[in-house]
Amino acid sequence: MALWRKFRNAFRSDALNRELDEEFESHIAEAIAEGRDPEEARRSFGSLLRQREASRRFRVLAWLDALRADMIFGMRQLRRNRVTTTVAVFSLALAMGASVSSFRLIDALLLRPLPITTHGRLCVLSRSWTNSDRSTLRFDGWAYPDFARMRDAVKTDADLIAVSYTQRADLTYSSEEAMEKAFVQYVSGSMFPSFGLQPTLGRLLGPADDRTPGAHPVAVISYGYWTRRFGRDPKVIGRTFHLGDQVFQIVGVGPRPFTGTEPGIMTDIFLPTMMNRWVTRVDATWHRTLAIVHPGVPLEPLRAKLESISDHFEFARLQADAGVSKQALSSTIHEKLYIAPAAAGVSVMQEDYRTALVCLALLVGLVLLIACVNVANLMAALAAARAREMALRVSIGAGRWRLVQLVLVESAMLAFAASLLGAALAQWSAPWVAHSISTPDYPARFSMPADWRVLGFGVALGILVMLLFGLAPALRVSSVRPVSALKGGEDPHARRRLMQVLIAAQVAFCFLVVFAGGLFVATFHRIEHRSLGFDPSHLLLLETLAPQGRMPNAWAQMADSLRTLPGVAMVAESGWPLVSSGAWNGDISVAGAPPGKEWGYFLPISPGWLATMKMPLLAGRDFNPRDAFPGAAIVNQTFVKDFLKSDRPLGMTFEKVEDDGRRERCQVIGVVADAPYRRVREAILPVAFVPFRALDAKGIAGMQYSGTFAVRTETDRPLAFAAELRRKISEADPGFRVSNVETQQELLDVQTVRERLLARLGVFFAGVALLLAGIGMYGVLNYSVLQRRREIGVRLALGAHRGHVAGIVAAEVFRIVLLGAAAGWVLGIGSARYLASLLYQVKAAQLDMLALPLLAILGIAVVATQPVIARALRIDPAEILRSE
Amino acid sequence: MKKPDTMQGSLDLLVLKILSRRPDLHGYAILTAIRQTSGDVLNAEEGSLYPALHRMEEAGWIRATWVTKENGRRARIYRLTAAGKQQLASEEARWHVVSAAINRVLLEA
Repeated sequence: MALWRKFRNAFRSDALNRELDEEFESHIAEAIAEGRDPEEARRSFGSLLRQREASRRFRVLAWLDALRADMIFGMRQLRRNRVTTTVAVFSLALAMGASVSSFRLIDALLLRPLPITTHGRLCVLSRSWTNSDRSTLRFDGWAYPDFARMRDAVKTDADLIAVSYTQRADLTYSSEEAMEKAFVQYVSGSMFPSFGLQPTLGRLLGPADDRTPGAHPVAVISYGYWTRRFGRDPKVIGRTFHLGDQVFQIVGVGPRPFTGTEPGIMTDIFLPTMMNRWVTRVDATWHRTLAIVHPGVPLEPLRAKLESISDHFEFARLQADAGVSKQALSSTIHEKLYIAPAAAGVSVMQEDYRTALVCLALLVGLVLLIACVNVANLMAALAAARAREMALRVSIGAGRWRLVQLVLVESAMLAFAASLLGAALAQWSAPWVAHSISTPDYPARFSMPADWRVLGFGVALGILVMLLFGLAPALRVSSVRPVSALKGGEDPHARRRLMQVLIAAQVAFCFLVVFAGGLFVATFHRIEHRSLGFDPSHLLLLETLAPQGRMPNAWAQMADSLRTLPGVAMVAESGWPLVSSGAWNGDISVAGAPPGKEWGYFLPISPGWLATMKMPLLAGRDFNPRDAFPGAAIVNQTFVKDFLKSDRPLGMTFEKVEDDGRRERCQVIGVVADAPYRRVREAILPVAFVPFRALDAKGIAGMQYSGTFAVRTETDRPLAFAAELRRKISEADPGFRVSNVETQQELLDVQTVRERLLARLGVFFAGVALLLAGIGMYGVLNYSVLQRRREIGVRLALGAHRGHVAGIVAAEVFRIVLLGAAAGWVLGIGSARYLASLLYQVKAAQLDMLALPLLAILGIAVVATQPVIARALRIDPAEILRSE
Repeated sequence: MKKPDTMQGSLDLLVLKILSRRPDLHGYAILTAIRQTSGDVLNAEEGSLYPALHRMEEAGWIRATWVTKENGRRARIYRLTAAGKQQLASEEARWHVVSAAINRVLLEA
């Protein structure tokens, strides 16, 4: 109670003073009433002020009282230097907001444990192969029969769970309704109980759903999907939807926080693995294998056991295959299995963005340091201006610690203001980044609640920042020597040296940020301007399904009917679009030789597709409607170079060797220019285009179930035709369904999302870093000129050239800038290795990449120092000398 | 906080004793009471009374309340607490021991 009163009294200082004074006054009045002389009574009572101070000591929490006084004083100080304070707060806020944002993203993608009870014991299994060329391939995909064998063998040590790669799939809720998209994930029924999850509604999947392939047509939808698609309608249980040729019934809604096992993607619908059409295939790796390891089970023996089971499985599978080479067999034996903790889940996006996000976080950290240096220098300059005040405080008995506190309180207020602003910024910018790495087909969805993790990070960051820029000036202030300070200033050069070191560090950090930003921009520029080998403009792609199958000539007729629409220039069909990440690969054999280790890649196309894509035919002819696969092929230049190795490839033949040993023979009838096949960033692959019309083993043309119509329009807004084309297709033949419409340009943009993001943020942070460094240089030079006014005045009075004086002033700054830039250069070359994986056709050690930041920093230095030098030159010696 | 010297220690003792006999006195009345009961021998310094009162209040030995007197002026009056009574007893005991010791020294020297 007494403590509380003391605490409270610290905040009612004036009221307390009044109370004390009233008591004293009543004492004196009492004395006077007794007949004592008023003068004498007052004198013998002593100084009221002194009495008050003596009593306050007992009635107030001293430290709190001091803190309050410091805050009021600090506020006054900051308000007096309004411009510098505003600059400091805004630059800190920007840097802190960016830091919190990058923490939120990294946390959501890489760190935050899945909202399941067993995340501490969650692991993921993956395998690696060592190829004959000693490169290693690591892959986390598994075939279900292999998984089932492993699951049963380690039942006592761990629960193994199969989860498919989450896919955006087309489904309908009744056959009349239009198709819609949803993220679908096939999961083991045992996943839900193993994760300790409870349904919001209905039931979840269970081990009973893991029994018979094709016999469990049930689905659990996520809470988010339930909310978005059904408005939390409880009658959703029992509804059915069509997916491909299957019909599923919704049996339950999942728990609210659980959004699937892949950070970056939120699963909408969970289906039993038994309903996946690959579930019985030994050669299709379509799902990840997660493990909940039972408490106390050591990982290594478990790993070894799993490895030997998986090895046996693969060996038996490959031996059963007739056409498999010895090479493939031996590389399987060199397979290694890994089991790694995965509390945060596993996703492709983690791999794609891990390095990029960490790099961005480091850039942001550097910007934060730059901002801190500015504020530290600001505080140091303020403290220097107050050296006399501090000295006076020390002389009249203020403790050193009190002075440290005084300065730290000011720092804390700055940091606090900046944190608030920064939090607002982070609130907005983290979702913005998440949005900008989304693509229309794969929207990135993160769970990024502003919870205690974010709050804790923010508070820790605030304290760190405060200490970073506040502690040095505070300690310096506390070591003030009253005698020398009051005499007219202690050694001013000591303080300036500290500032100069800080500025040099700032320039070095700035160099690094600009350097990295430059690399990202150059990478994006090279990717955007690489020659594609086809013309993506005016191209609309209609990804189309024929659930019951359609003969190739029906596809061709559909293309013909689309061609009749006004505004449509050309139409052709292919198996899937270029650069859509889709791929079909196989072993290639030339002249009967055994297949090499390099794969060839294939794409089925119709006659006229090359013209529609504007891919130049370098030799030979296009397909005609009688060509079929196997039979004819049009290959790209890389295919000629890698496999055919001939100047006259036309008429040569090669064979595609199937897994079962069958050989599909193709004759080269044309050669086209190289073009990216799967991804824009990867090296050109050897590609053979084959006819869309495929023949089976008996030479009969088979049904086609899916394909993509490429439509070249006459205007450059191809999406304007989307609705009309869609309608035309369903009118002409209801057996066709358009599942997705996009432009070829969108597909290209999707593949450069990361580069675009890095380039955009790289430029932004480089700009911020340069701006902050400029402010820093200006501030320090300004301070140094102020301190050297006397010297400059004397020099001018003695007849020094103004140019010479300007040189002296400028030389100081440019020495520091060059020193900092040199340090930045060294750091830049050192860091290049870590950036390499994010770059495309850009070498970090390129001279122009290193020259750019240097020029930018020198430019900023000139701009920042010019006004100060001009001011130095305007110094009137007479005025200076008179004032001394 | 400075450690209490003997004078301050004895001022505490006097204040506590006075308040134990006559509760609800204000500061000036306490001073007057000390002077009168000691036969004008002990005249505590006015300046040292209030810090002592406020310190003892904070220590929880005495409790203060504001009252309005008949002349309309407000006064802050003090009263012993239970802790104050205990403190008084121990201070008194200590005083007796010390003064007896001093007396012995004075007599035998």
